[in-house]
Amino acid sequence: MRNAWIIAKRDLGSFFNSPIFYVVTTVFLILYSFIFFNILNFFSFQSLQAGQLQSMGMNMNLNEMVIEPSLQNMSVVLLMIIPVITMRSFADEKKMKTFRLLLSSPVPLREIVFGKFLACMIVVTVMILISSYSVGSLFLLGEPEPGPIFTGYLGVLLMAGCYVSVGVFASSLTDNQIVAAVLTFGFSLFMWVIGWGAQAVGATTGQILQFLSIVDHLDRFLKGMIDTSDLVYYLSFILLSLFLCHRVLDSNRWR
Amino acid sequence: MIEVENLTKYYGPRRAINNLTFQIAQGEVVGFLGPNGAGKSTTMDILSCILPASSGTARIQGYDIFEQSLEIRKIIGYLPETPPLYPDMSVRDYLMFAAQVRGLAGKQTGTAVERVIEKCSLKDVGHRIIGRLSKGYQQRVGLAQAMVHDPDILILDEPTIGLDPIQIIEIRKLIQELASSHTIILSSHILPEITQICQRVIIINEGEIAAVDSLEGLTASLRKSERLSLTVRNRDDGIEEKLNSLSQVLSVLPGEKNQFLVECELNSNLQDEFARLALENQWGLVEITPISMTLEDVFLKLTIEEKDVKA
Repeated sequence: MRNAWIIAKRDLGSFFNSPIFYVVTTVFLILYSFIFFNILNFFSFQSLQAGQLQSMGMNMNLNEMVIEPSLQNMSVVLLMIIPVITMRSFADEKKMKTFRLLLSSPVPLREIVFGKFLACMIVVTVMILISSYSVGSLFLLGEPEPGPIFTGYLGVLLMAGCYVSVGVFASSLTDNQIVAAVLTFGFSLFMWVIGWGAQAVGATTGQILQFLSIVDHLDRFLKGMIDTSDLVYYLSFILLSLFLCHRVLDSNRWR
Repeated sequence: MIEVENLTKYYGPRRAINNLTFQIAQGEVVGFLGPNGAGKSTTMDILSCILPASSGTARIQGYDIFEQSLEIRKIIGYLPETPPLYPDMSVRDYLMFAAQVRGLAGKQTGTAVERVIEKCSLKDVGHRIIGRLSKGYQQRVGLAQAMVHDPDILILDEPTIGLDPIQIIEIRKLIQELASSHTIILSSHILPEITQICQRVIIINEGEIAAVDSLEGLTASLRKSERLSLTVRNRDDGIEEKLNSLSQVLSVLPGEKNQFLVECELNSNLQDEFARLALENQWGLVEITPISMTLEDVFLKLTIEEKDVKA
């Protein structure tokens, strides 16, 4: 895995040297912060009302009413932002012909793929870490429970991992970054809404569609639960995408 | 030692190279020569394990290019036609990356990078961003990248393409220096380059080997005749006829203005005859020059004759 790290390190350098990272992070933070403060504002308005009506006060919960919807919304913003981060991975290497340097180096293809994934994942993690100032500030204002916050962030990271793996895969299909971004966005969004089809089809198929939905698995994480089936879903999603990416790159050489 | 056997590569239905077989000995400098699209780059891509061959094999230092490609990639340095440069990196960072990705680690990396920076005279631009360098410097960075891990074998695809004459001379000198300690395969469609650097030439045309020989061998084997250029002041129609009447003259081609290209048998030394004719007939002799057959002619002859056979 040493080689994967070398490749990831180079990609990170080019992220931080180019405006892409800063623009994307700024847009992400502004969008997310706006959503977060609106949710927080709504919560404080509600608690003000609840203060007047004693009986309602029992249900006011920071975790459930602020953090959970914030993270849920963050995952929507990530859905739109991540394709821009991953689109360069292979598309740019192919366009600039730099991929030949990697291909002629004694580095197994799987380590190249993993290195690309790792670099994007680190960028996304950094973005999410910066945005966690929001939830962190709640500790100054109230007493949120740390457990569900931890699992919530874990869930968001895993979900982001799925988007990133799709993005890296899409980027291996083309040498055009825009095509890669659109494919990533389209497929990620499809995996998001796939559960909506559940009602239209039979019970069994419906259940399968529901299970495939990328967002359904996030709910339990946000509630503070780490369910093995959710964990397995996310990890196998990531592995499958990276595997497909590997196959595509390998078969490209044969054509 | 590079042994290539019946190497064939198809891109979809199009055959890029067909049944290439050749050997390259340790320490040799070999030139791949051929027109654009002849299959030079494809062959080089296959030898550097970027592309798999459709059929046939090659062994480099005893390793099979398909089965043991990771071993081969360690001992090969490849400079593709477009140097694989990341335009947003500085020269030094890029070379560090190239060294690491080629398997160098720790202190080795730094020393290796300094060594190639020295060798390719990149000292002044070490900290500069590659995208802002001139084409000549970029090409040198590409070359530095190929030799940073001190490979036994260097594969250079058109290393001087797009450079100005001074830069070409510099790169050429650099390659000549490297030739003493490396096996080098070099491709080009610029003939003088091959003549100056390589000991042996492999001429590829339409995916097949048209000839493999040393330079002298190639020119000698194809030289069935020699040419003289004759220039006169007073041109008249009788000249061609009179020249043709000499027994050793094979053909006369009227050139531009008052010039004639006379093809005659080997070692016929017709200069005296020409001079005598010119004096007798008052042509007003200006110049008689022997034209030696260049590699360029050899190349054209080979590639065109090939076409004739096919047509």
